[in-house]
Amino acid sequence: MKEQYLINARIINPVNDTDEIGGLIIDDQGKIKASGKKVTKQNISTNAEKIDLQGKIVIPGLVDMRVFVGEPGFEYKENFRTLSEAAIAGGVTSAVLMPNTHPVIDNVSMVDFLKRRGRDKSKINIFPTASLTKNTNGIEMTEFGLLMKKGIVAFTDGIKTVQNPQVMARIMNYASQCNSLVMQHPEDAFLSEGGLINEGEISTRLGLKGIPYLAEKIIVERDLSFLEEYKCRYHIAQVSSKKTIEVIRKAKHDEKIFTAGVSINNLSLNENDIGDFKTFLKLSPPLRTEDDRMSLVNSINDGTIDVIVSDHKPEDEESKRLTFSQATAGATGIETLLPLALNLFHNKSVKLNKLIASLTSNPAKVLKINKGTLNNGSDADLCVLDINKPFIVEKNLLKSKSKNTPIENKKLQGKVLKTYIKGKMVFDNN
Amino acid sequence: MATIKKLKAVKKNPNHLLGIQDISFPDVNKILSEAKTFIKLNRSSSKKSDLLRGKTQINLFFEPSTRTQSSFELAGKRLGADVMSMNIVNSAIKKGETLIDTAMTLNAMHPDIIVIRHGDSGAPNLLSQKVNCSVINAGDGRREHPTQALLDALTIINRKGKVEGLKIAICGDILHSRVARSNIYLMNMLGAEVNVVAPKTLLPHSIEKLGVKVFNDMKKGLDKCDIVMMLRLQNERMHGSFLPSPREYYEYFGLTQDKLLAAKKDALIMHPGPMNRGVEIDTNLADDINRSVIREQVELGVAVRMACLKIYCKKI
Repeated sequence: MKEQYLINARIINPVNDTDEIGGLIIDDQGKIKASGKKVTKQNISTNAEKIDLQGKIVIPGLVDMRVFVGEPGFEYKENFRTLSEAAIAGGVTSAVLMPNTHPVIDNVSMVDFLKRRGRDKSKINIFPTASLTKNTNGIEMTEFGLLMKKGIVAFTDGIKTVQNPQVMARIMNYASQCNSLVMQHPEDAFLSEGGLINEGEISTRLGLKGIPYLAEKIIVERDLSFLEEYKCRYHIAQVSSKKTIEVIRKAKHDEKIFTAGVSINNLSLNENDIGDFKTFLKLSPPLRTEDDRMSLVNSINDGTIDVIVSDHKPEDEESKRLTFSQATAGATGIETLLPLALNLFHNKSVKLNKLIASLTSNPAKVLKINKGTLNNGSDADLCVLDINKPFIVEKNLLKSKSKNTPIENKKLQGKVLKTYIKGKMVFDNN
Repeated sequence: MATIKKLKAVKKNPNHLLGIQDISFPDVNKILSEAKTFIKLNRSSSKKSDLLRGKTQINLFFEPSTRTQSSFELAGKRLGADVMSMNIVNSAIKKGETLIDTAMTLNAMHPDIIVIRHGDSGAPNLLSQKVNCSVINAGDGRREHPTQALLDALTIINRKGKVEGLKIAICGDILHSRVARSNIYLMNMLGAEVNVVAPKTLLPHSIEKLGVKVFNDMKKGLDKCDIVMMLRLQNERMHGSFLPSPREYYEYFGLTQDKLLAAKKDALIMHPGPMNRGVEIDTNLADDINRSVIREQVELGVAVRMACLKIYCKKI
C-alpha cells in the first residue's frame, strides 16, 4: 500500500476534541501517520498518493454498538455481505453484533463461526457480543472468561432483559471479577407484557396496549442499585423515556460509573410518527412522546447519554406485512445512522463535536477498543462526508437486505462520500 | 361542553368507515338521517329494498359475534345485496394465511364492500389499503366500533330528540372497550357532555384527553345524567388481575336502582350486549321497559348498518 495524503479537508478528531482545516496521512500499513492542520500540500512526499477532499469533513469511521445480523439462522433478513455494504455506505466501520441469532451466540464455537464469517464476507470490523445467559433464558450465565478470551467485547441478552434480580446480581458480581462489559436492554417483562407502543394518549386512541415508561425505569433503577454493590462495567443499551434520563442523570451526578446509549430512532422520531399503524415504526424500546424525545436529545449535549446506536434490526416483509400487533419490532438503520444524526446538528439540537463523539470515540471507550479515533498510530478507519448534501431516503436504494426503514422518503442533509477501513477505500459515492 | 381535541391518530379516509375518528360531522348526519328512513322500512311488512341489487357484501369476522354479524347480514339482505359471511374458524387464516393475503384473495372476487371484525386494532385500516372496495369496521381490538356508536346515537335521538346538550355516562371496562372509544368520539362530536365511570384499573392512560370527565364513583359519575351506557365486563377480567371479584365490582360499579337515583328521573339505560346480569347491571333494570332501551338498540342497529352499507357501497 502506498502512502496516502488526504489534503484540503476539515479534520474532526473527537478524541482530543479538535476540529481544524488540514489533512491526514495514511502510512503504507493502513495506519494514521499524522493528521490536522500541520498536514498541508507543502509537506507531501513526491511518491505518495494525493487526494484533494475540497473542504469536506473527515471523521473516524462510526462505531455502531447495536447491530443485528441474520447469521446464523436468519440469513434471509441480513447476511454479513449485505450488512457490510449497508454499513460502509453509512460510514460505519465497526459494528457490535447482538447475539439474538439462531442459535444464540452463547458459546465459544459460535464465536469462531462469527469471526470467520465476518472476516470472509464483510469489509467492516466485526465485534461480536455473547449473551449474558445461555440461550438468553435469563437464568444461567454464559462463560464470560472463555468468551472474552475468544474476542467477545460485551455481554447482553440483546432484545431481552435479565428479569430475575438474583440472576442479574450474580451476573454483575461475576462480571466485575472478569472485567466484562454488561449491556442491559432495560424492560420489565411483566409491565410491558403485550405492550406495542408507548402508553399514553396515542395508545388509547389507536387501541393498542401500551408499554409504560416505568417498565424501563424500574430495571434501570434496579441495576443501578446492584452497581453500588457489584462494580462491573455496566452499559444501558437504549434509553427511551425522560423519567429514565432523570434517574441516569442523578446517578451520574452521584458519581456512579456506567454508560448509556440511545437509538437514533428514539432521538429522531416520536409516537405520532406511527400514524396509521405503520409497522416499520414498531420498535423496542417504543417511540415515546415529543417531550421524551427532547429530553433524550438534551442528554446527548450534557453527557448523560454517551452513545448513539442505529439499533439496526432488519426484518423481511413477512415479519412486517401484518397487523400492528402481529408484526415483529425493529427497523433497519445502519446506513442512515449518520445522516439522521446530522439532522440533529442541522436543526441546532446537538453540537457537532458531541454528535460525532457519541457515534465514534464514546462507543470505542465504552467497549475499550482502539477505534473511533484519528490519533497517530491507529487504524485508518475513516468516513469522509459532505455535511450539507441533501438527499431523500429511498427504500430501494438502501443496501440492507431488508427494507424496513422507519424514515422512508425523509429528506436528510449530509451524505457519506468515502469510507476507509485500515487505509483502504471500501466505499466511494462518486 | 367537553371539547374535541384536534389530534388525530389516524388519517381520514373518505372511502371507508374505519372509525368515528375518521369521519366528519356531515358524514354522521348523513348516516343518521338515512338510517331514520330505514327504521320505517324495517317496521313495515315488506322489508326488502333493491338499493344494493347486484352488489356483493362480504362479512369477514375474525372474532365471534352474534348480534353484529347477524345485524350486518340482515342489513345487506334487506337492501338486496348478495351477502357472504366468511366462517374464519374453517378458513385459510387458521392455516396461517395472513390478513393481507386473505384480502388479496377476496379482492379478486370483486366485492363492493367488506365488513370486518378483527381482534387486532388497526386491522380494518390494513385491509382498506389492500382492497379496491369499501371497508366497514365492525369492531377492531380496543380501537373502534363505529356502527355501535352510530346506533347508540340513533337510539338516543329517537328517544330524546337530539344528542346535543345531553349528559352521558359511559360506565365499566373502558380500558378494553372499543364501544366506549367510538361513543366518546361520537357523543362529543354531537355536542353531548361525556362522563366515564370505572375503577382506575379499567381506565386507559390519558383518557381525559379524549374530552371526557373521569369518575371512580358511580353516584358522582351518574349525577344528573340523561343517558347511562353500561359496558360488558369480560369474565377473564373479573378475578384478581384487574378487579378483586365480580361481587365487589357489582357492589361499587354495577348499575342498581339505588345508584341510578343519581341520574335524571327519565334517564335511559343502554348496553351494547351481551349483558352479564348481576355483574354490571341489575337484572330488573335491564328489563325495565320504561328505562332500558337495550332491545331498541338492537332494532336500530339494523337500520344504521343499512344506511352505512348504502352510503359506503357507493363510495368506490
